Amino acid sequence: MELFSARNVNKVFATTRALTNVSISVKKQSIFGLLGPNGAGKTTLIRIINQITAPDEGELFLEGRKMRQADVAHIGYLPEERGLYKKMKVGEQAVYLAQLKGMSRKDAMQNLKKWFERFEMNDWWNKKVEELSKGMQQKVQFVTTVVHQPQLLIFDEPFSGFDPINANLLKREILRLRDEGATIIFSTHNMGSVEELCDHIALINKSVKIVDGPTNEIRQKYKSNVFEVKYKGNFGQVDSALGYRFKILEHTEDEKENKISIQYLNGGSNNELLQAIIPAAEIISFEEIIPSMNDVFIKAVQESNNPKIQKDE
Amino acid sequence: MLILQQEYLKKVKKKSFIILTLLVPLLFVGMFALIIFLSMHDDKQERTIAVYDESTLFLGELEPEGTTQFHFIPKVKYDTLRTNLKGSEFYAILFIPENVYSNNTAQIISEKQLPIDLIERIARRLSRFIENDKRQKVIDEAGIPDLDERLAETRTTVRVNTLKVSETGEARKSSSEVAFIASYAMGFIIYFFVFMYGASVMRSVMEEKKNRIVEVIISSVKPFQLMTGKIIGTALVGLTQVGIWVIVGLILLGVGQSFFTPESAGEMSQSLMESSQQMGSTVSQDMANNQVADILELVGNLNLPLILFSFLFYFLAGYLMYSSLLGAVGAAVDNEEDSQQMVFPITFPLILAIMILFPIARNPEGPIAFWGSIIPFTSPVAMLARVPYGVPTWELLLSMALLILATVGAIWAAAKIYKTGLLMYGKKVNLKELIKWLRYKN
Repeated sequence: MELFSARNVNKVFATTRALTNVSISVKKQSIFGLLGPNGAGKTTLIRIINQITAPDEGELFLEGRKMRQADVAHIGYLPEERGLYKKMKVGEQAVYLAQLKGMSRKDAMQNLKKWFERFEMNDWWNKKVEELSKGMQQKVQFVTTVVHQPQLLIFDEPFSGFDPINANLLKREILRLRDEGATIIFSTHNMGSVEELCDHIALINKSVKIVDGPTNEIRQKYKSNVFEVKYKGNFGQVDSALGYRFKILEHTEDEKENKISIQYLNGGSNNELLQAIIPAAEIISFEEIIPSMNDVFIKAVQESNNPKIQKDE
Repeated sequence: MLILQQEYLKKVKKKSFIILTLLVPLLFVGMFALIIFLSMHDDKQERTIAVYDESTLFLGELEPEGTTQFHFIPKVKYDTLRTNLKGSEFYAILFIPENVYSNNTAQIISEKQLPIDLIERIARRLSRFIENDKRQKVIDEAGIPDLDERLAETRTTVRVNTLKVSETGEARKSSSEVAFIASYAMGFIIYFFVFMYGASVMRSVMEEKKNRIVEVIISSVKPFQLMTGKIIGTALVGLTQVGIWVIVGLILLGVGQSFFTPESAGEMSQSLMESSQQMGSTVSQDMANNQVADILELVGNLNLPLILFSFLFYFLAGYLMYSSLLGAVGAAVDNEEDSQQMVFPITFPLILAIMILFPIARNPEGPIAFWGSIIPFTSPVAMLARVPYGVPTWELLLSMALLILATVGAIWAAAKIYKTGLLMYGKKVNLKELIKWLRYKN
């Protein structure tokens, strides 16, 4: 079921197009990754969802109806450029921010206590923000983003500046929030975390959405018939057995086993490849390589920047 | 609403607010006390002035003046001293020429500049001496024995009480002095508050922008709400502060009144009278009492409700206009240094208004006063300075209408700049850029 969607959103700043006809659809209780190079328009889209900027054209829907300003109370937003009031006490500030999202003081206190407990930051309540380390401040920011139990959570580059321990904590919490019913949109450059977390991704490049779909399908789609084969035997024999239809990308030889990376040109079935190797060597393992999100990202962006290269290949 | 409360509490709880609230009245009292103290105990320096009296009129007649002693010297000494005053025990030389009687001129030769005050006192003393001497001669020549007394009786000082006729034909006593003080004070108070709290709004906006918390906040509330909350919250802080001062002032006044019972007031005017008698004028106790009553009446005769109303109106409108503009500057710039150059053009009219405050208070009907109080950017200060004197209704209404228009315009422009500027980082903003922002649709 769809929780949120944006339809045909356009936004032009004085001289630059930030978004061109971008539509996304986010399923309930899923994690949606918004990817793209710097300056592609991700943050603009996120700000539009948060009603910070208005789109020139296009509409936003939440739970099937048009979004209104009041809906921001159901959104939790962690901006890329984030901060807190330095002179204010942590607890006081968290309560204030929760109240701004429409919570009552009492509920805010209650929920915050829970979160502070979970993140083991109870003793920070009466500390001033400026006394906390950067990592601690980020935890506080995360808590203030989720404390009002929003339906939709938006994280813009949540992992930037987190140390690995806190980044892991954050990943765990994001997954837990989804399992508890929240829907999450997040933008990141960290492709590793996309593979781990995202159910669905959209890739924006130069204001245009170029890729959209479930993470797994996209990786499948971008696979380029590369296989990794481990075998026992002579590389030269394998090489000659493969012939012209296969391209050897790289190979290593070892006492125990040899490894070879092969790209299968002009399609064909996997068995063909196996049949070609079997006479030459003893196969230990055979695996099709699914491209990492990183590869998908780079390839998709390059293709959209230079549509010609693809055709020439 | 919540922002308002937050902004209010944040500022009221600040140490600087408490300190300022306590300190400013103390500072004012202290300043006045200091001025009085200094003017009373100013001239403590012991000086000896050598007097060479060519006219021989004053020989032995000059009593010490405060801490200044006079020492008569002969011509020989005067000649040597003149060329080498430095290193001698004398502070200065007073030379009274032979023809002082007809010429009315004396000289003071000194190495350093003498206090103006001292010169005046010496001059007065010499004048009075010669005057008395001349008069005595006239009296002697006239041969009328009580001429001195009779002449003294002819001395008259006329006080001009200004009466103003209001539209109903009722004549009321008015006083330019009281109006002058009131107008100057009010103009200044407005200036002070608009400046202080406007700057406070700006700092608050800049802090949010610099902390980068602003994006979180405006994902919860609209920028305009944030701005309004901030401005009104700060205004309430200002009103609280004034409120505290007024209450403390009233309490002090109450305490003061219990000390100054009618009898003690009588005593006070008694001592006032004595001191004025010492100064040579003849004021009866009745007159002294009358004066106190007069001042009270004059203050009462100022159109207080109108003044109070215009004070509140111009304070609020002026504050709203300037604080929204300053808030916009806070949103447009990245750091303190950049803000300075943007702030100056905005506050310049306000500073100008303070500069023309004095001419306005002196001549509340002049062209400076008129234009100053009509043009919205200076009118909060300038018009308020005119109100105690009475202003034609149409001028007041025109000025208010223009100010409201300008305020609305300022808020509109500020809201646009604010919205655009808040999320704009690392861009050096100039006036051209700001005008571009005003044209943005959203």
